[in-house]
Amino acid sequence: MTSLPATPDLAARTALVRAGRIRRSRRRVIVIVLLAVAVLALLAAVIMIGNTIYPVSDVLAVIRGESVPGASFTVGTLRIPRALIGALAGLAFGAAGTTFQTMLRNPLASPDVIGISAGASAAAVVCLVVLRWNGTATMFAALIAGVATAAAIYFAARGGESTGGRLILIGIGMGAMLDAVVSYSIQRAAEWDVAVAMRWLTGSLNGSRWESVLPLGIAVVVLLPLLALLSRQLRALELGDAAATSLGVRVDHVRILLILAAVALTCFATATTGPIAFVAFLAGPIVSRLVGHGSSLTIPAALMGACLVLTADLIGQFAFDTRFPVGVITGILGAPYLLFLLIRTSRRGGSS
Amino acid sequence: MSAQHLLSAEALVSGYGSTTIVDGVDLELPPGGITVIVGANACGKSTLLKTLARLIKPTSGAVVLDGKQISEVHTKELARTLGLLPQQPIAPEGIAVADLVGRGRHPHQKMFRSWTTDDDRAVVEALEATGVADLADRSVDELSGGQRQRVWIAMALAQQTDILLLDEPTTFLDIAHQVEVLDLLTDLNRSRGTTIVMVLHDVNLAIRYADTLVAVKDGRVLAMGAPSEVVTRALIEEVFGLPNSITSDPVSGKPMVTPIGRHHVAEIEAATRPS
Repeated sequence: MTSLPATPDLAARTALVRAGRIRRSRRRVIVIVLLAVAVLALLAAVIMIGNTIYPVSDVLAVIRGESVPGASFTVGTLRIPRALIGALAGLAFGAAGTTFQTMLRNPLASPDVIGISAGASAAAVVCLVVLRWNGTATMFAALIAGVATAAAIYFAARGGESTGGRLILIGIGMGAMLDAVVSYSIQRAAEWDVAVAMRWLTGSLNGSRWESVLPLGIAVVVLLPLLALLSRQLRALELGDAAATSLGVRVDHVRILLILAAVALTCFATATTGPIAFVAFLAGPIVSRLVGHGSSLTIPAALMGACLVLTADLIGQFAFDTRFPVGVITGILGAPYLLFLLIRTSRRGGSS
Repeated sequence: MSAQHLLSAEALVSGYGSTTIVDGVDLELPPGGITVIVGANACGKSTLLKTLARLIKPTSGAVVLDGKQISEVHTKELARTLGLLPQQPIAPEGIAVADLVGRGRHPHQKMFRSWTTDDDRAVVEALEATGVADLADRSVDELSGGQRQRVWIAMALAQQTDILLLDEPTTFLDIAHQVEVLDLLTDLNRSRGTTIVMVLHDVNLAIRYADTLVAVKDGRVLAMGAPSEVVTRALIEEVFGLPNSITSDPVSGKPMVTPIGRHHVAEIEAATRPS
């Protein structure tokens, strides 16, 4: 069918194919490096910029533990934890989102769209606001609720054709229900201020404290490398269960591990910052345009998640007269894309 | 050329949930040959292939590779001997042909070791063998149905297995591309000694390309052997429930099935002629 030479020059062909592969993987590496630099720059910006702008020397002095008048409190107690939590939550949301989207082969299937964040959020708000639990207990309650939500959606959607599409629809419904639980709990706890309410409705970095950095940090340090290690298996899963099995992937084991790791990342981040809208949903599709198709998105999407959260936080804090929580900004960015995908899906006449 | 692995089914029973579909199959797939499984819709031929490829766990009985139950072989090791091209594999959006073919290398790669020259060579050989080397950098989305099926076969080849199972590799292809794919598989069988086992819908193409034909009905093997020996009017009628006439294929000299429906039957005596 194609005009192959009678005796193909195998060495030359190999060189060509190899060059193509290297070109594509180099593009991914470049994007990762650029995104990592951007995350560092944004971290620095969040730490330095505010009502008072502190120079690098002051920030470094605070990090070294020296006492700098003004800066020690503002930078050391407020801004550094805020920046770190923003970055960690972004990494967690980004990696979890792209894992779900790739595994279910559907950009709508991110944990914030299919109700898993809402499950974690509802548990967190009930524990903190209604039951008055402490941070660590809340974290684990959110984790258990997130896993339970994921399991409930999975079992409700099981069986028959087009499990993916049904799973998304059931997840959206479940999410709406759980969001109602969040709103109700906030209504009941009238003495809580708007900032706390906003955190559980849209996600916010206001009130980020050092004691929240460690649990979220540990979750990211353990689970992000796990997802990265499983990315090759994930790419086999993307070809369908049958193809993945024939490539030697233990489909059931790998899928459970991926789901648990991604759900746990989502839940830890949600319990810390609230459900920052659409970060998990947006990070993967944005980087897939940057790195090109077909290569692993786990790490680039995690970095993109961190960039999104930190950028949105800077915009929310300083771009307007009023300060907006980070989730309002990401919501404004994400909602049109969600609409676009829903319209495209319904035009194609299916939900999977 | 390669070590000849023997894949067989022993008293194999399998199905979905409590529904039994494959109902007691004993089968030895001739190493180095092309075996084609045929049968009516929902007769269990596809389920049989999927059970052979370990996509479905047997309810009882076993699939045995070289004397060992495949459920006891390490999954990656098994994937270096036994490959499967599913009926509808899913190509990730926008993936380049060479990258998709490269995914066939998965069972040969260790967790921490990166891409090797062996991997590159296997990909190029697979692209060459299937005639899609010129498309290496193209996106799979842009290809025609026939080209895309070649790319999937290339992925299965890059896996470098001695046994290749294919579930209806010619579905959705027009007649020219069906013949092209079957010729390609025959080339692979002859040049590499790859054992090929496939399910085909078209009984005449099955007879043409099979060294061994396996006729399945109601989850059991009704007949198995060289097409010229096993294909009779009675067998085809029993397998497909279709009155027919068997003649000699003017091209291959093998048997050829002509269906007899209720209309357009010119010579009644041909229909009733004993085969």
